[in-house]
Amino acid sequence: MLRVENLTVKFPSRFGDVTAVEDMSLAIGEGEIHGLVGESGAGKSTVGAAIIGLLQSPGYVSDGTLMLGDTDLRGLDRFAAHALRGKRISMIFQDPQTSLNPLMRIEDQLIETILAHEDMPATAAKKRAVDLLEEMGIEDAATRMQSYPHQFSGGMRQRVVIALALCTNPELIIADEPTTALDVAVQSQVLELIRRLADVRKVSFMLITHDIGVIAQIADTVTVMRRGKLIENGPTAQVLGHPQQAYTKQLMAAVPPLDRKIARFQVPEEDGLAAPGKSKGDAAEAWLLGGERDVPIGLTLNGINVAFPGVRTSIWRKPDAYMALNDISFDVTPGSVMGIVGESGSGKSTLAKTLTGLIKPISGTMTLGGAPLPGGRARSRHHPSRQLIQMVFQDPFSSLNSRHRIGAILSEPLWLYGLVEDKDARRALCADMLGLVGMAPEAIDKYPHQFSGGQRQRIAVARALLARPKILICDEPTSALDVSIQAQLLNLFKDLQSAFGLTVVFISHNLSVVRQMADDVVVLRNGRIQETGPSEAVYQTPQADYTKRLLELTPTMPSAWRA
Amino acid sequence: MLAFIKRHEGLWLFTRSPAVMIAAIVALTIIIGAVFAPWIAPVNPYDLASFSLMDGLLPPVWEEFGSEKFLLGTDDQGRDMISSILYGARLSLIIGVSAMIIATTLGVGLGLAAGYFGGRFDAIVMRIADVQLALPAILTALLIDGIARGVLPPEMQQDLRVVVLTIAIALSLWVNFARTARASTFVQMNKEYVQAAVMQGQHPLRIMFVHILPNILGPLLVIMTVDLASAILLEATLSFLGIGLPADSPSLGTLIRIGMQFLLSGEWWILWIPTLFLIALVVSINLLGDFLRDVFNPRLR
Repeated sequence: MLRVENLTVKFPSRFGDVTAVEDMSLAIGEGEIHGLVGESGAGKSTVGAAIIGLLQSPGYVSDGTLMLGDTDLRGLDRFAAHALRGKRISMIFQDPQTSLNPLMRIEDQLIETILAHEDMPATAAKKRAVDLLEEMGIEDAATRMQSYPHQFSGGMRQRVVIALALCTNPELIIADEPTTALDVAVQSQVLELIRRLADVRKVSFMLITHDIGVIAQIADTVTVMRRGKLIENGPTAQVLGHPQQAYTKQLMAAVPPLDRKIARFQVPEEDGLAAPGKSKGDAAEAWLLGGERDVPIGLTLNGINVAFPGVRTSIWRKPDAYMALNDISFDVTPGSVMGIVGESGSGKSTLAKTLTGLIKPISGTMTLGGAPLPGGRARSRHHPSRQLIQMVFQDPFSSLNSRHRIGAILSEPLWLYGLVEDKDARRALCADMLGLVGMAPEAIDKYPHQFSGGQRQRIAVARALLARPKILICDEPTSALDVSIQAQLLNLFKDLQSAFGLTVVFISHNLSVVRQMADDVVVLRNGRIQETGPSEAVYQTPQADYTKRLLELTPTMPSAWRA
Repeated sequence: MLAFIKRHEGLWLFTRSPAVMIAAIVALTIIIGAVFAPWIAPVNPYDLASFSLMDGLLPPVWEEFGSEKFLLGTDDQGRDMISSILYGARLSLIIGVSAMIIATTLGVGLGLAAGYFGGRFDAIVMRIADVQLALPAILTALLIDGIARGVLPPEMQQDLRVVVLTIAIALSLWVNFARTARASTFVQMNKEYVQAAVMQGQHPLRIMFVHILPNILGPLLVIMTVDLASAILLEATLSFLGIGLPADSPSLGTLIRIGMQFLLSGEWWILWIPTLFLIALVVSINLLGDFLRDVFNPRLR
């Protein structure tokens, strides 16, 4: 149905043409869901954009064939291409928040799209819109479609977006990360819907995603891309279950399994710049282990409540408080890894901020190694916990000051806590610490923007370690990274944790990642603890209904597919 | 050379836009001319002995009766127009630049602190800024001028006119800086590198000036250029209205005011030449400001 052969897409730049996609071929049959996987920068979205004819200027298709049925997509002029978009090919974008016009009722958006492509009376278009929404599983569609997009939840909105894509009966829908912004429960419903549309309506889908679990769950065929090139394609079970190419094998090895804990990911450590023979960070390791380093310490939370001011409903009344965290109590055993899982809005980040003293709880107590740990502003700048608790943040692009050199960023904790007084010694230690986290010591004179996301995250880890912390809080440290980089970083965390006896609080929405890391686990939902216990017990025999459902709905691949 | 230019986005964009290059050349020429006025200008317009009433009202050299001694003609006192303009531009630039620097320091300091501390301090600073914004710049200048006249002893008033004018202009410009600095600081406060610094227990002043300030310089630099142009214009306006610099040490605005008297009597050059000069200066600075904004804001590209 869709046939792409030898597609090459180039982007002219001031350094000459950059080839974004090279010699790409794939075919999608009727009613087939074709997964397109690859890491960021692999050119997945560019392929989708080239097919639908919406390449971002100044990109252009320089070579290849694009056939939809008997239509040559490359041969169309601007007007014919416009008429075809929406009519025969539709697109679903990642973020349902922004792909609907917030100022138009759902009804008007649907009817507008239908009438743009088909000549029919408005009443018939409305009828079609209602039918579509009901088909998407929106109940009472005739009334619901009077609403504005913000009155729908994220999952409902994505259903509306799918309805919009479907309302002209297209043959092919290109879905670019359609479920990435959604929580697992909603994700599984949307995936089910896509599967049903493919089976019942015979719509073909091109599903662009970085999530191999999603592909494994619903795609019939799959194409693996890397750096704009085709690596491997074919039926999903064959490509992912018995990968032929080395890259596909690596990719599969890097995916954290949900059903068991593995000691280390079998991935090449190619991301760090460390050259063989150079410093491996021995001096930094000795420094971290030396001195008055005593036993690891634990962390206890007792009945922590955190409230934020809610929406003000009247100028006379104080707004009702919104409880972000409700009666949170748990113990982190010294030297262990505590995993905290929860979906968006569960209060994970609020918990991290409370631990680091950025937010003050309204009640409850915290202790650090037996000593009371004040919260919020009550924790002074000179409180010892400022040094003992360090944090690795989620976004490697904003957690390092882009105007400072790596050396300045790394040496900050050293002089701030008076750990190393001599300037040259600080520099030497920082350089060696970079070696310890798998980077070249030369990185010390560069700026953060010269590094990739994974490398920056390593630098952030080095900064945290240079404070000689006893507690390391990691807030979604790998969720902005590709799976292979994530696997390398998780390996690094495991190594560092066992080498230095750190107590780690590891926060993530990704159940599989937490399973790989954590000794104990806390499951959060809407600011309340649903379940807590040793991680193997929680994963194998979940007690709370919520945990059971989460585990069940997370897309995974058959365990037989792993090497 | 080409490779170097290509590597730097800003330089590359610069070479692609002729309007900006012309603006840069014009602004640079005027600034160099003004800075080196004492060495470049044919005569010193402040030195009463250097000109004579006999040369008064001579037209530019290309007009009938023009003299090669005075390329752009003379004013009613017989002062060489080129010299007056160069010295005038020098004064205008001195006042404009110092006013801009004072406004930047005051505005960025207050805005940064307001954005960092928030709460009551933020509210107070921003309300003062709102009040300041409600007063027209000219009114502020008149107010400061009035106070200075009342407070300072008469013999100092003449000497301190430049200072008074600078302060007046700075006071009416700081709000821009404060608002921008505050808004940008708010954005940076949510960035994780700031949270990391707060969490580590670094000193607030260090976080503000070492961490946040370098990250908000982009928009501030744009405002600095645009406000330099405003400051020069404001000075010209005040001098034109007679509350700025006196006729014996004329700035561009004073020259334009003097020229006004001769507009209808045929001596057009006394008004038009300094006016065109002022327009060229302000427009080219503004063009450079717009260019900087494009460089610093990739979204507009």
